[in-house]
Amino acid sequence: MGTTVHLCDYLEASAARFPARVAAVDPDGAALTYRELDQRASRVAGFLVERGVAPGDRVGLALPKTTAALAAVFGILKARAAYVPVDWSGPAERVRSILTDCQVRALIVDRRRPDLPDCAETVILLGSQAGNSPPLSAAGHFDWESVLQHEPFEGNIASRHPDDLAYILYTSGSTGIPKGVMLTHRNATSYVDWCSEVFHPVEEDRFSSHAPFHFDLSILDLYVPVKHGASVHLIPDELGKNPKDLARFIASRQLTVWYSTPSILGLLGDFGDLARSDYSNLRLVLFAGEVFPVKQLRRLVSLWPSPAYYNLYGPTETNVCTFARIPTPVPEDRSDPYPIGWPCSHCAAMLLDSEGQSVDAGQEGLLYISGPSVFSGYWGRPNESAAAFLDRGGTRWYNTGDVVKQAGSDGFLYVGRRDRMIKRRGYRIELGEVESCLYRHPAIMAAAAVALPHAEAGVRIAGCLVASGVNRPSIVEMKAFCNRHLPAYMNPDIFVFLESLPRTSTNKVDYQALIRQLQQPRPSTGMNPLLEVSHT
Amino acid sequence: MGSVNEDIRQYILSEFLPGETASNVQDDTPLRTSGILDSMATLRLVGYIEERYGIEVEAHEASVDNFETVGAIASFVAGKGGATS
Repeated sequence: MGTTVHLCDYLEASAARFPARVAAVDPDGAALTYRELDQRASRVAGFLVERGVAPGDRVGLALPKTTAALAAVFGILKARAAYVPVDWSGPAERVRSILTDCQVRALIVDRRRPDLPDCAETVILLGSQAGNSPPLSAAGHFDWESVLQHEPFEGNIASRHPDDLAYILYTSGSTGIPKGVMLTHRNATSYVDWCSEVFHPVEEDRFSSHAPFHFDLSILDLYVPVKHGASVHLIPDELGKNPKDLARFIASRQLTVWYSTPSILGLLGDFGDLARSDYSNLRLVLFAGEVFPVKQLRRLVSLWPSPAYYNLYGPTETNVCTFARIPTPVPEDRSDPYPIGWPCSHCAAMLLDSEGQSVDAGQEGLLYISGPSVFSGYWGRPNESAAAFLDRGGTRWYNTGDVVKQAGSDGFLYVGRRDRMIKRRGYRIELGEVESCLYRHPAIMAAAAVALPHAEAGVRIAGCLVASGVNRPSIVEMKAFCNRHLPAYMNPDIFVFLESLPRTSTNKVDYQALIRQLQQPRPSTGMNPLLEVSHT
Repeated sequence: MGSVNEDIRQYILSEFLPGETASNVQDDTPLRTSGILDSMATLRLVGYIEERYGIEVEAHEASVDNFETVGAIASFVAGKGGATS
């Protein structure tokens, strides 16, 4: 295989080597071969370039997971533009703030979202429109079908550069506005090439694609199979949340490689009826994004005993940067979570204390990562980008904000966060973003969001509120309000109304005091009085 | 029928709306489209209903139509022949 400069080199090489092999399979079973996927991507690229999309431009992608969306991704990359995937069913305000923040030049969008197309001058519409909305047809609007008739792009491949921006993934931002993590082709290919080295993919492999495209887990799902001439099986949101249907899907597609957050693997073990079907094709189970509760992992391994299990770790900013093979079976008496392991071959790691000094072996420290997979910066945020890095000996080290310690020969053990960011269902959440949503409710005078550890859910978010008047909004109302402005995984599990928020001596919200207040049970019932259902 | 409504209302209140006043969850209060029952919460509610009423809920039946309100969920349980043991 020649030198890889761009992610689309993987597709072009596989289309040349395996033109008739299946590259991608739609949720309904319809398949695209490598030749078809490459041709469609080239036509999308030809169209975008003719519409004035230039190298470095951003193109938004608001689509459910289908082979068409995959062709769109590769089409954008072939045009040397960067794709910006967003949650196509997400709250309009948040999606629009992302598309306008990075000033997308073009947008490829599902017809069921008529509230998005005005975010770009060129819009490609896919799918069938919603039943009651008027058909979209304005200047600059084009049908996907007509785009696929366009002359393919015949650009100069030699102009591709590994430091070209490939995609921007938006993550929760503490100010209430999501921030865009910019990743180059080099960042992604160094990670994909590491995956080849460790997981030995072959063209007979059938990969799951469970994560949405706006989630960093999708990078492995989309590019590793394409590099090796394997097939990727796209799982839409609804199926992805449904353990019984998902289990049947994994068995019927005879998937060989599974990659997702522990949340969904836990649900598969608990509710998937895994004993009913044959999963003997499954050779790799990879998980990342949060700590896998050992009890649930043990149950899953007992139902799926044969695959090799790997815990992958890495923020969006670094791609996967450490990993650990999980020895199976999981011992009955084990209750400690598994380590995140040692750095991948494309990364280096160091631990520093809060003063920037090295820590002694076995001590906790902040994890810093360097290497070719580490991102270039946050879109349009030079100060935050600079603050994310530390220069040591001429090397740029990214501060993950994660506190870890070395656990003997097993590598690093994840300890927790230094700041107000939490992980829930694999998603990163800045509690500040939840707070700024709560503050926008007209009847709320003060708000604070805190995370409470929870045995089953891992973590629960509590929204602590002070009402501006006597008539406080109901909890039902607050839940629905947050649902209109935040993704479901950010919606608080608990809302409590207080007379005032506890403050520190410097007049900052005292989050520790709030947590203590929420965890104080009433002696008679064992329940926290703030969380009892009232019948008045 | 009334007791099924009350039972489901109590479960939703205690599990997903701790601290809420019971009268704020009426038989016709939207639950799915308002985010009170997200995908995870719906799964747990289905698990509870299956056990409590001895019925089996197929994945496709846990739809917005059947699970949007306390009233709809109670009718769904009744339609499945669910009975309290």
